[in-house]
Amino acid sequence: MTEVVLTAERITKTFTGVTALNDVSFDIHAGEVHALMGENGAGKSTLMKVLSGVYHPNAGAIHHRGELVNFTSPRDARDRGILLVHQELSLSPELSVAENVYLGAWPTNRFGVLKKKELHEKTQAALDSLGCNFGPDVRVGTLSIAKQQMVEIARVQAFNANVVIFDEPTASLTESEKEQLFIAIRRLRERGVGIVYISHKMDEIFEITDRITVLRDGELQGTVNTRDVDMAQITRMMIGRDLDQFFHRAQGAAGRDVLEVRHLEKEGLFSDINFKVRAGEVLGLYGLIGAGRSEVAETIFGVRQPDSGQVIFDGEEVDFASPKDAIEKGMALVPESRKEQGLILGMGGRVNITLPHLNLFSKMGISDTKKELEVFNYYREQLEIKTTGPEQPLSDLSGGNQQKFVLAKWLCADPKLIILDEPTRGIDVGSKSSIHKIIAGLAEKGLAVIVISSEMPEVIGVSNRILAMANGRLVGEFSGDDMTEENLINAVSEVPLESASQPSPDDKTKIHELKRTAP
Amino acid sequence: MLAFAVFLLVTSLYAPTFLSPGNILDVIRQVSITGLIAIGVTFVVITGRLDLSVGSMLTLLTVIMVDQHNQVGPAMAMAITLLVGALIGAVNGFLVGYMKLNALIVTLAMLSFLQGVTLFYSGGSNVNVADAQTTWFRFFGRGELLGIPAPVWIFVGTAFIASFFLLKTNFGRGIYAVGGNETTSRFSGVQTQKVVFSAYVLSGLATALAAIIMGSRVMGAQNTIGQGYELTVLAGIILGGTSLMGGSGTIWRTVLGISMLGFVQNGLLLLGYPYYVQWLVTWMVIILAVWVDLAAKRGKVFA
Repeated sequence: MTEVVLTAERITKTFTGVTALNDVSFDIHAGEVHALMGENGAGKSTLMKVLSGVYHPNAGAIHHRGELVNFTSPRDARDRGILLVHQELSLSPELSVAENVYLGAWPTNRFGVLKKKELHEKTQAALDSLGCNFGPDVRVGTLSIAKQQMVEIARVQAFNANVVIFDEPTASLTESEKEQLFIAIRRLRERGVGIVYISHKMDEIFEITDRITVLRDGELQGTVNTRDVDMAQITRMMIGRDLDQFFHRAQGAAGRDVLEVRHLEKEGLFSDINFKVRAGEVLGLYGLIGAGRSEVAETIFGVRQPDSGQVIFDGEEVDFASPKDAIEKGMALVPESRKEQGLILGMGGRVNITLPHLNLFSKMGISDTKKELEVFNYYREQLEIKTTGPEQPLSDLSGGNQQKFVLAKWLCADPKLIILDEPTRGIDVGSKSSIHKIIAGLAEKGLAVIVISSEMPEVIGVSNRILAMANGRLVGEFSGDDMTEENLINAVSEVPLESASQPSPDDKTKIHELKRTAP
Repeated sequence: MLAFAVFLLVTSLYAPTFLSPGNILDVIRQVSITGLIAIGVTFVVITGRLDLSVGSMLTLLTVIMVDQHNQVGPAMAMAITLLVGALIGAVNGFLVGYMKLNALIVTLAMLSFLQGVTLFYSGGSNVNVADAQTTWFRFFGRGELLGIPAPVWIFVGTAFIASFFLLKTNFGRGIYAVGGNETTSRFSGVQTQKVVFSAYVLSGLATALAAIIMGSRVMGAQNTIGQGYELTVLAGIILGGTSLMGGSGTIWRTVLGISMLGFVQNGLLLLGYPYYVQWLVTWMVIILAVWVDLAAKRGKVFA
């Protein structure tokens, strides 16, 4: 139980002048689940990439089973049994489960022809030991994300890994899928595999891990036994201070109606959507993934066109043909995916912030770079964004800092209404809290705010009023003391099925798959 | 860049005239036609798309230029050439930008289509400017201003204007944004279809300018005059370091890339190699450029 499989001693890693890891030591025992925690940019990923051979450290040593090792590529690490289960899955969707599990090590006869039967049997054994209910011959692309993750874990078994690193494995799993993952992880633990578990989710950490190591700004904050600490202590280690108050709710009287939506409908996505948002209030829109929340937001914003219904914005009926019209009228949408919809990651902060409002930052079509830099510096200071400068590509920044740029991008033109779709997805506790504070501040300044979230504590914590959505319909409205997790769950799960073609709300997995496979 | 410097040095040792001001000016004049087209195509490439139709487009536009010169005079002929160039660009732009067809296929098809149109138009015979020795139209390809050839003025001038538009205006910002991330651009209110459309129109206009110089220089046009230009243009753009993935690159990089290609070809000629060696060397230069660029990015020679 206490055999050490992998040790990293005094690892230092710098990238062109920036120190990502400074003198960090870390070890993994056989048969333990070891959590690695820290805010985005704390150095977790860098450390794991050093351990799995992706990066070469500037200083420090790695010992594997007592031997000094020097990995020059991920392959070296894999040959020694160290495997990384990525945040983004790295399977080939067109190949079968078995082919993926043994990818790169297919059993062949001496003519190089695949031994299908052996492949099938070996994979079946691996799947059985994990309790998977799908066979080795299924095409991976047809499986849900959760099942694909199981395929990755079967790989662990196939390669006889002794160290497995999970990077945010539950980011896109539902509750029941998560439980299945945990069962698989526990089985690996029983077999003496050393497991590193990276996650932002506190409850998971306390559920499954034995020890916790915390990093902050590339420095080791300490390693503790999970049962000896509580969440507050870990949070303090991660952010270096107490979180004053986790959620910030806007405190102010709601004013005039800014947005009114009447009978909005888009076939196959949502129908009969009716609601109002007033200036100075935060309206929460809660629902499971696939409930149609983002689609409603995108329709209001002009990304999609509704089949029928009315949108009344700032006192007049509008019919936006494209987001350009919506932006000109003073509407802003912080989209669901900052990587795909929110930012141009290859470009710098200055260009990203001003993109929706180029007419404000130019004279007769010619860019006013000075003005752009002013607004960049203003928000960099105001939102405490960590970046080296206006031209640093945003791909270099942590998720939290990227999200702050998305906010800056939409705030700089003083919108009347801002819709935030999953504003804190995949970002760390510290940044989360400051984004919640910003949201409350916006409403207090008199903006109408809509927050779309599938995180219940968040939507309850920041909203003045909550709409629940399921199945493409609004199924409840709550305010004040009625905004409880219980009420919300009940609302979204007790919807009568309108027709067989619509996904049922309690079949989370199915909805999830639909969402994932949509182009 | 280092390899290029070595090449310049070695070549100038064996061919002393290579780095003389006269020869340098000569090279820039020679590349001005490819260079002009490349400036236009750079806009398209930065949006993350391709324009392979420029070869046949150059042929057709040169034929039109020369033929119309004989029919309606130089000024009108130039206006018509520019107009047709913009029109062809608009068709490409409509198909790629608004109808979202694959750029490679659309422009490759256009390459073939325009070759056909050229033959229809010319009836298969070559055309020549009737009053080649007296028309003021000869200035664009053969004239000089302050000792510098007119094509060089036009090339460098266009590069300045294009660079200004690309780097300093909202229009240019849109070009980069669409290439950087099209979905984000759409969510940010950039009219992505319009941006792509305009990039192709610019590509067509730039090719028309090139055709004017070509017509004036040759004072005639064969039905194959532009053959292979689309690849040379693309080679120069890649050599300059503009990524085919879109979102990055500049006009000056393209000018540099095209000029480097020009110097290499000119150097080879001065060294006494037959002209077709250029084709082989161009291939090597492109592979080398792409490879060095990638190797520098991943810090390793092989993947």
